[in-house]
Amino acid sequence: MSDTSLNSTHEDGPTRRDMIHVATGAMMVGGGAMVAWPLVHQMNPAADTLAMASIEFDLATVPEGSQVKVMWRGSPVFIRHRTAAEIEQANKDDTATLRDPEANANRTKQADGSDGKAQYLIMEASCTHAGCIPVGVGENGYLGAFGGWFCPCHGSHYDTAGRIRQGPAPLNLIVPKYVYLSDTVVKIGV
Amino acid sequence: MSGPSKYIPQSGFEKWLDKRLPIIRFANDTLIDFPTPKNLNYWWTFGGILAIFLILQILTGIVLAMHYVAHVDFAFASIAHIMRDVNYGWLLRNMHMVGASFFFFAVYVHIFRGLYYGSYKEPREVLWGLGVIIFLLMVMTAFMGYVLPWGQMSFWAAKVITNLIGGIPFIGETIVTWLWGGFSVGQPTLNRFYSLHYLLPFVILGVVILHVWALHVPGNNNPTGVEVQDVEKETVPFHPYYTVKDGFAIVVFLMVYAWFVFYGPDLLGHPDNYIPANPQVTPAHIVPEWYFLPFYAILRAIDFDIFIIPAKFGGLAAMLGSILILLAVPWLDTSKIKSMRYRPWGRIAWFVFLANFILLGVCGFMPAEPPWTYIAKAATFVYFAYFLIVLPALGVIESPDMPPKSIADSIHPKADKSGAGNPVNVVVK
Amino acid sequence: MRKLLTLSLISAAIFGAMPALASTGTAKLMSAEGSYEGMFGRFDRAQLQRGFQIYKEVCASCHSMKELHFRNLGEKYGPFYSPEHANPNENPVVKAIAKGYVIADVDASGNDVERAGLPSDRFPAPFASDAQAKAANGGVAPPDLSVITKARMGGADYIYSLMMGYGHAVPHGVVVGAGKSYNPYFAGGVIGMAQQLTDDRVTYADTEANKGIKPTAAQESRDIAAFLQWASDPHQTERKAAGLGVMLFLFVFALFTWFSYQSIWRKVEH
Repeated sequence: MSDTSLNSTHEDGPTRRDMIHVATGAMMVGGGAMVAWPLVHQMNPAADTLAMASIEFDLATVPEGSQVKVMWRGSPVFIRHRTAAEIEQANKDDTATLRDPEANANRTKQADGSDGKAQYLIMEASCTHAGCIPVGVGENGYLGAFGGWFCPCHGSHYDTAGRIRQGPAPLNLIVPKYVYLSDTVVKIGV
Repeated sequence: MSGPSKYIPQSGFEKWLDKRLPIIRFANDTLIDFPTPKNLNYWWTFGGILAIFLILQILTGIVLAMHYVAHVDFAFASIAHIMRDVNYGWLLRNMHMVGASFFFFAVYVHIFRGLYYGSYKEPREVLWGLGVIIFLLMVMTAFMGYVLPWGQMSFWAAKVITNLIGGIPFIGETIVTWLWGGFSVGQPTLNRFYSLHYLLPFVILGVVILHVWALHVPGNNNPTGVEVQDVEKETVPFHPYYTVKDGFAIVVFLMVYAWFVFYGPDLLGHPDNYIPANPQVTPAHIVPEWYFLPFYAILRAIDFDIFIIPAKFGGLAAMLGSILILLAVPWLDTSKIKSMRYRPWGRIAWFVFLANFILLGVCGFMPAEPPWTYIAKAATFVYFAYFLIVLPALGVIESPDMPPKSIADSIHPKADKSGAGNPVNVVVK
Repeated sequence: MRKLLTLSLISAAIFGAMPALASTGTAKLMSAEGSYEGMFGRFDRAQLQRGFQIYKEVCASCHSMKELHFRNLGEKYGPFYSPEHANPNENPVVKAIAKGYVIADVDASGNDVERAGLPSDRFPAPFASDAQAKAANGGVAPPDLSVITKARMGGADYIYSLMMGYGHAVPHGVVVGAGKSYNPYFAGGVIGMAQQLTDDRVTYADTEANKGIKPTAAQESRDIAAFLQWASDPHQTERKAAGLGVMLFLFVFALFTWFSYQSIWRKVEH
């Protein structure tokens, strides 16, 4: 083996020869990365999942004072038709101590920043603490100390604008991006 | 031949770990320092190629399993989903599908190389036996994998092959019902084949580790078939000498593979498997994947009862026997010379055997009609005769050439050619 | 190396010869002369659009394409792809095509409803079940066309030949039953489907790309063959393009490995 040692002599251009090995090694790493990427990327949402990334919903089907849940991207979304009293309460609470301060008026904005409709509150039905579904109107449950939503898992209280007021959740209920396609039809997910 | 370990732990962590779990030492001794004969030719690179393909098949298989649905109503559609909607799904599925073919091609080269250079002979009988077990496991894995897309060929291959097991006397029917989990190939069958198709590759991986272990005790055979006598003169460390040589062969092999993956993913398959499985219609012409054709031909060649053995069982036994007989090769070959290089008659017999194997493949592809039924029978006879008659007899009657005294001798031929290259008489008891 | 080359040539010859050896006795296929054939072949988008029109107006009344969604039509390399709408679900042409279909659905209250199609919908099937399809078509269900060019030896050429294979004299000994037709490209020669593509069966849109293209039977057959070829494997263009890069990479990689190999073994006699 002694006569075959790689380090024995470097009489005819050591740099060039070493460069070949370095280049070969680099190509091996590059090739590995090329194979690795499809193996990783396949776990991202597939085309059929992405095709279901937006839904259209007719708000006229939700009577005042009630709430429906629609499925969007595999999870429910609250569509709450608020009463005038609830909206008023939410506006009043703009000045209260809020963990995640946000004006009620901003809770009903469309994806492009323009105003939506104050009576229709559209939010992901997922407590920002650990993802449980908070209890809302029409479900015969405790609505929390602020009359909005109450998460039974760890006791988070949300007000009538879906803002976190008490309990472990860090943020207000998330408002998904949506736009009004007509007076009553919204497209959720844009 | 592996000799004492040359690994010297460098860092403090390596020293600490080496006293507790010498895993770096193990990797070093098997992949880096492992003394390997200098004179290996390209046929020896297929071991490395097979290792790469085992890894590729496992990796692509694991990710395909994330999207595949093992249900008779959704399996076919889930493949379509993979091909159309999953990110790079088309690539991963083509890689897995074509990969199976290339895996088998490589394993056939590997086996025939072993047969040519006598790599099964003492002291490598266990190494060879483990290889045969790996091949058997590969056959089972590939067979069950082919069922998963639930196309016409999937369904009917499963039905035909499992039905044959029913030919086993007395217990056959019970076994088949147990295997199916019902009264025909159906949902339970598909689901369990999926489970086993996921399991077996890891069993293969385990046996491959034993195979490599068994390789590293006696070390590599080499084209001369003469054992290493002087480690210093006749071997080089595996790394970098054989990592780079195997690496080159792997890249070239991958080029051919890539051509099929990107330009002919379905060339090696059968169009009928793109027709959803239909238990009411048998395809006009059932053929297995190309890599099973020789064994399929042996199965079909036994279409007659042998004394009290019914044809159905006979065919199954012949097919299984044609693989299992490889386990006995180390003891069937009576020659004292390993490499066919120095066995004039053995070499001819080997080439005839190879040609016959390919002919069996053609027979398996052709419809079971004359003249192919006759050719298949003759070829099946030749297949078994090679192991049962030719190999035992040639060792006794053949006058082999004199192999070089050592590997070093074969690299530096002596000036006087006395001995090497001349036929000599082998002492016969 | 020489041996490896010989071996690969031999195996290539065997693989190449096998399909020829196993020819099933049907007539030799005519070529659809598709622009999509070969390593560098690409689809002609206008042809795919014409092919989809033929599927929609002619084939779809009997043949389902269950694995296709309207959004597929707007995917990259698809018939209605437009770079401004990389997301096919937003593609206005695709939306309009989908809207033209009535999709049976169930609404939130559990009532059966019919609504306009969306890009995410599958192509609706002409028959509700296999049994219905059989009953309406003389006992044989028309095959689903989702992967038809992969499911038939000869692929697009087979589709083209089959469409053009009507009107031949029935050879002696072949019995063509009532409601059946003779077609030498069909396995067995007797097919349940009557001739569909005739001159002027459809009217092509008067666009720049279709200028000078007349809806002859041959043109229609070529177009439907191209569309079905695309539909069976919508990623084939992407696949071929990626393949070129991979082959090139592996070639350069092989060269580097070869020089590395030569350099490392330079001092070793073997």
